[in-house]
Amino acid sequence: MLMLDRRTTTKWQHRREARDARLAAGSRLARGKIVEARDATRLMEAVIRPGDRICLEGDNQKQADLLCSALLAVQPAKVNNLHMVQSGVVLPEHLDLFDRGVAKKLDYAYSGPQSARIAHMLFGGKIELGAVHTYLELFARYFVDLTPQVALIAAVSSDREGNLYTGPNTEDTPTVVEATAFKDGVVIAQVNEIVDQVPRVDIPADRVHFIVKADRPFFVEPLFTRDPAAITEGQILTAMLAIKGIYAPYGVQRLNHGIGFSTAAIELLLPTFGEKLGLKGKIASHFALNPHPALIPAIESGWVQQIHSFGSEVGMDDYIRARSDIFFTGPDGALRSNRAFCQTAGLYACDMFIGSTLQIDLQGNSSTITTSRIAGFGGAPNMGSDARGRRHPSTPWLKAGAEADPDSPSSLRRGRKLVVQIGETFGDKNVPLFVEKLEALELAEKLNLELAPIMIYGDDVTHIVTEEGVANLLLCRSAGEREQAIRGVAGYTEVGRRRDRNMVERLRQRGVILRPEDLGVNPLDADRNMLAAHSIKDLVRWSGGLYAPPSKFRNW
Amino acid sequence: MTAPLKHTVPSERARTTSFNEASARTRVELLLDAGSFVEFIGPEKREVSPHLKIFDLPEQFDDGLVVGGGRLDGSPVFIAAQEGRFMGGAFGEVHGAKLTGLLRAAREIESVPVLILLDTGGVRLQEANAGELAIAEIMRAVMEARMAGVKVIGLIGGRSGCYGGGGLISGCCSALAVSEPGRIAVSGPEVIETNRGVEEFDSRDRALVWRTMGGKNRRLQGAADVFTDDTVQGFRDAALELLSLVGAFGLDRLKAEQARLADRLQNFGTCADAIDLWAAQGIAQAEQVPDLSADQFISLANTIGRTSREAR
Amino acid sequence: MEDLSFQHTARERAGGTKPIAIVGVVASGNLEVLVERVLPGTECQLEIKTAAVGFGEVWKAVIGDFVERYSPGGLRFSINDGGARPDTVSLRLAQAVRLIGEGGQ
Repeated sequence: MLMLDRRTTTKWQHRREARDARLAAGSRLARGKIVEARDATRLMEAVIRPGDRICLEGDNQKQADLLCSALLAVQPAKVNNLHMVQSGVVLPEHLDLFDRGVAKKLDYAYSGPQSARIAHMLFGGKIELGAVHTYLELFARYFVDLTPQVALIAAVSSDREGNLYTGPNTEDTPTVVEATAFKDGVVIAQVNEIVDQVPRVDIPADRVHFIVKADRPFFVEPLFTRDPAAITEGQILTAMLAIKGIYAPYGVQRLNHGIGFSTAAIELLLPTFGEKLGLKGKIASHFALNPHPALIPAIESGWVQQIHSFGSEVGMDDYIRARSDIFFTGPDGALRSNRAFCQTAGLYACDMFIGSTLQIDLQGNSSTITTSRIAGFGGAPNMGSDARGRRHPSTPWLKAGAEADPDSPSSLRRGRKLVVQIGETFGDKNVPLFVEKLEALELAEKLNLELAPIMIYGDDVTHIVTEEGVANLLLCRSAGEREQAIRGVAGYTEVGRRRDRNMVERLRQRGVILRPEDLGVNPLDADRNMLAAHSIKDLVRWSGGLYAPPSKFRNW
Repeated sequence: MTAPLKHTVPSERARTTSFNEASARTRVELLLDAGSFVEFIGPEKREVSPHLKIFDLPEQFDDGLVVGGGRLDGSPVFIAAQEGRFMGGAFGEVHGAKLTGLLRAAREIESVPVLILLDTGGVRLQEANAGELAIAEIMRAVMEARMAGVKVIGLIGGRSGCYGGGGLISGCCSALAVSEPGRIAVSGPEVIETNRGVEEFDSRDRALVWRTMGGKNRRLQGAADVFTDDTVQGFRDAALELLSLVGAFGLDRLKAEQARLADRLQNFGTCADAIDLWAAQGIAQAEQVPDLSADQFISLANTIGRTSREAR
Repeated sequence: MEDLSFQHTARERAGGTKPIAIVGVVASGNLEVLVERVLPGTECQLEIKTAAVGFGEVWKAVIGDFVERYSPGGLRFSINDGGARPDTVSLRLAQAVRLIGEGGQ
């Protein structure tokens, strides 16, 4: 009979034992789960090992800033060469970690506010880049090959057991905690306050190991507020063309708006221009969308059935509480957001994405990257891509599919998600939107990347809308047609001026390009009077005083 | 297929047009009786700034000020409107001379009031001395016109506010109308912060900026006489109201104004914030004043009473 | 600043009777267009002072299309430009033609 030799028995609980050792080390600094803010750095040194994979929130909006500062203050001899996996590189301190040698490797999704510095540090070799992802993609990898050993998260409040309330800005937290807590990781939360009872339980206590009370509420950036006063006639014109040329004919009910002034203009034109066209109830009723203040007039006018949100938006809490028919709210009445699910909604449950970008090339590939700024992808590629795993039909999806491929038998013909790029032909500082070669390609060469960082690929784009008209790429039958369709709406940019006039005219005859007059829109009518709200104050009025804009938007 | 530009009745347009957003020309067009405006020294005269070329800066044909005459509810008025988006509405040599000339004409004619739509950051830095001189000349011209019996009404509600020399000019007017987005001051928020520190005045705290310099506080302090909603029609009505209320001007009135200002300083000089001032005036829940609608605010302001009817 | 000048012959005289009209404001990204009905026949002239230097070819293209589309014969356009985009220029030119073509004094 074989005797089991203990020395050769394989142990299968390494990670759990390692986690328990970390918890024991951290517990020496804690009373129950609670650690004083002044001990936060020592907690990091106790719990984190060199080379660990750390998920620091780092969300699109909220930032675990106290825990980040605490991590920054560790002795690099004790904690170094960390692999940071985080959605957003937002605070300067996120990059200071690399400067100090605390962190070495990075996988992330979005770096808007740090886009210049991160580019600089990547070129300088200060950061070893894993990859730039979309949010959903990064979340997915948290469960496969980028599982964090330690998660540093931000919550609004906690009870003494560690039940967390993440409130309106729940964002990425449930996803981060799920991946970390259930794979033998350690979860440390900073909270604004410790209470006897949390308003609702967003994260159950048994997933949370340590709690640190911050002396300041965690940092949240207002990202989705667009001042109606800044919307230009050009943006209003593109919005009118989008509504009449795409929303209406395809009957788009379920959609996501990328953030920008053109989409803000669309939101503000629904109750006026959209109403005049008799479109209420026929378009724009179900959204995967952050709580855009610019959508308030449309909501108040009865356009919107339901919105699911990735995060919240500063100043919108009371409005959302009062509109629980529209938004997702918890038993406490406040918004419950969830980035992972909203991203999934945008991918599979929406029939259209419409958003803006910085550069579009002749195939329709688009990018927000320039050689001096790397902003990452955020979530746009999930919205702005055809979801080939989709199986349920809808009218717009089938119509787009038929336009793309009229010859296949219909029962074998998948639909297409409408992916619309909207913008004026010249952007900020009169930089052209349309280019022969994307700067993203140059960047890829410089950084030796396998893939150029493309936000939305040309073969996913279905329409491009500029002040010159609407180009329907679904109806293009060759790369040459596609190129001329793009040149045909590229206005007076060099790309536009180099168009083949005859071919563009033929494309117009076929309806591949629609000019404003083809849609019955006179550019001279694109007037700011068409907006349902002209100012932030108007939005406050529309909301019945419930919307409380942050200071930087006030002029009263 | 071109829709006619004015397919709504002019007064309907005036009611729905934001004064704050409108250009100087649109404000003039919609504030006066329809079609009554005649421009003096119009853009076709090309009286441009003689200084901007030196700085390689673009000129505007009217140098940022529209002047002329028209009718308000049938009666003749002179009008001057600053274009706040051209060089921040700032006073330059030609800009200033047009206003001075208009005021001197009014002084000679004696019977026609002047409406000044102030929308300015003050003196144009590129024209420094000429601009400063212009401010002084305008202030003198305002006072001379008033002494000749002319009512000079200031209307303030543009995006540039009424700052610097414009603020000084406004203090010389017979009466002022202001809207919520309008601001009246001399030094701007950033200048105060730079010179006095952020604890004294945080220029990025926009609620503070408006609480201090904005239309509502100016009305409650008695720095402005009438508060209006941000529409051109609102300013038209305010102008008419002020024209009917403004009395004769002379040394007695100046003395009364001096006394009024001395009293105001005595009563409110120690208030650290406008909210304290409003509370001292007996306004309940003073911190909610910025959130009041125009109608609610006007009712409230009327209960406080006009603080300057006998003065100015 | 750069000065540009263009002469064109339009298909026909511009409509309306008003002698002058003006649209726009000189500011960053914006322009003013003063239009005067002072030229004989179908002649058309555009004088531009622009803060954005080196865009002569773009102006030429924009103006060519404008003349072709709106036929502004008899009109002289004087422009002060603060660096506006081409589509804003097109818009202002169209607004100017519309304004001078309206009924009125």
